[in-house]
Amino acid sequence: MSATILVLVEQLRGAAADITFEMLGAARKLSAALQRPVEAVVLGAQGAALAGQLGAADRVLVVDDPALDQPGADAAVGVLQQILAQRTPALVLLGGTNVSFGLGTRLAARTGLPFVNFCKGARADGGAVVLTSQLFGGKILTDVQLPDARGIVSVYPGAFPADAGRRPQAPPVEKLAVSAPAAQVVFREFVEPEAGDVDITKQTVLVAVGRGIQSADNVELAEELAKTLGGAVCASRPVIDQGWLPLSRQVGKSGMSVKPRVYLAFGISGAPEHWDGMQNSECIIAVNTDAKAPIFDGAHYGVVGDAVELLPLLTEKIQAKKG
Amino acid sequence: MKLYVLLKMVPDTVEELNVAGDNLSLDAEYLRFKLNDPDEHALEQALLLKEKCGGTVTAVALDAPEVDDVLFTALAKGADRAVKIPADQAALGTVATAQAFAAWFAALPAAPGADTLILPGSQAIDDLEGEVAACLAELLHLPFLGVVCGVAPAAGKVTVLKEFSGGLRGRFEVPLPAVLGIQSAEKPPRYVPVAKVRAAMKSAKIETATVAPPDPPRVLALQRMYKPEAAGRAQMLEGAPEEIATRLAALLAERGVL
Repeated sequence: MSATILVLVEQLRGAAADITFEMLGAARKLSAALQRPVEAVVLGAQGAALAGQLGAADRVLVVDDPALDQPGADAAVGVLQQILAQRTPALVLLGGTNVSFGLGTRLAARTGLPFVNFCKGARADGGAVVLTSQLFGGKILTDVQLPDARGIVSVYPGAFPADAGRRPQAPPVEKLAVSAPAAQVVFREFVEPEAGDVDITKQTVLVAVGRGIQSADNVELAEELAKTLGGAVCASRPVIDQGWLPLSRQVGKSGMSVKPRVYLAFGISGAPEHWDGMQNSECIIAVNTDAKAPIFDGAHYGVVGDAVELLPLLTEKIQAKKG
Repeated sequence: MKLYVLLKMVPDTVEELNVAGDNLSLDAEYLRFKLNDPDEHALEQALLLKEKCGGTVTAVALDAPEVDDVLFTALAKGADRAVKIPADQAALGTVATAQAFAAWFAALPAAPGADTLILPGSQAIDDLEGEVAACLAELLHLPFLGVVCGVAPAAGKVTVLKEFSGGLRGRFEVPLPAVLGIQSAEKPPRYVPVAKVRAAMKSAKIETATVAPPDPPRVLALQRMYKPEAAGRAQMLEGAPEEIATRLAALLAERGVL
């Protein structure tokens, strides 16, 4: 059998994550061009149960060692290292998520294969594989050609359509006789999200603030607008990290995913980690002093201006409109 | 505890980034560097741990523009030592950066022991070849956890909080010595007045440690570096702030959210 494209099925609490199907879709596309079969590898005791969802793969490989049930990448590194040594896949696709964080870097260090992070695009060019990655908060793209068309790739969430990775057929399942080495890092428990005073995932209108809000005091300006609109205030990571708003208000990769009818983004540049969490909002209105901020590439309406100046003016106009 | 914080400079994305004439690198002319955000949190987490259980904080960085200011700031905030490795960080990919740090650790008089915690930032915006933290852990054969947002010491180990998504976190136990990629400290990074940084510049010194230059400087050969073409573009509203506010209010009314 020719060298395969291996996709690590990403799961948390027993469910396959969207990124799994996004990777399978990307793998199918490359499979057709490179003439390489796609294999999905599932780690953990419930592996066989997930296989039925993985019809986009030509074969599902299962390592059903319960030691692999613990979340996080630590348990997976040693097992994947063995699988890579046994099967020498051409490409290995991993989720660019917090769950699989660090896995590609560590596997690359152990196997000597090149690792490409932040991958948003992949194409076959003859027999070669060219990967496009986004760097510097989405401001720059790079193309990298993998030497010998082999490597480990971290796939950015949302970069490939998940639908292309969902197919109804049941692929053959092969159990691999690989056992997990003792994990050094031991999982103890999940810590559920802190219950906030408001649930930002259930709001019709969100007023989001980012670094451009400048100070904790200015968050009040956003609170007033949100109150006037009957919505809530949320924020990008830098505002949460400064302690200006609680963790329950964070939107983005580590925080909440939201899709309100209107998302007003004040002083948010639109870094990929934030975009992840709010891109499905029905209407995005962005205000930023930087005319070249990436958020304007995805927002529906944009204003180049100072959030701190515009917030009270907008609150005033809406109050006047509402009488 | 012996706490080591690894500091890395990254291009400041508040400034416009342009691609150089070679189409393979950033145009250095208007490039400004700043400390990688998670690294600032790593320093804060180390200082919090020192306050809680004593020990020393050593800040280590490769040579890069503005890095002296960053190291003196670390000293002013409470780090005990600042070390600069004279390797040009901007020329190195993340694997070579991790190799330079690993070589520095290998040259220490004693290998990291059960009182040692190495805290790099979890990730950076230029981690094309991978994360420094994860790579360093492999090179030093130490346990690793990334996207860490809390660290509590216990005997010979630490209890660590790691972020997943949607606000979900996990609690893990990590034996020491270990490398933890810090995403955010338990408290916002402390502020230090400029006067205190200036005082540190006068009274403290940055140690220099030479290590063998990593080879090759980069693992991946870029084919091309370029700016993304926007898939779409927002409809831009222009005018005086007063006028824009009126139009936005009308827009929100049209959307039926007033």
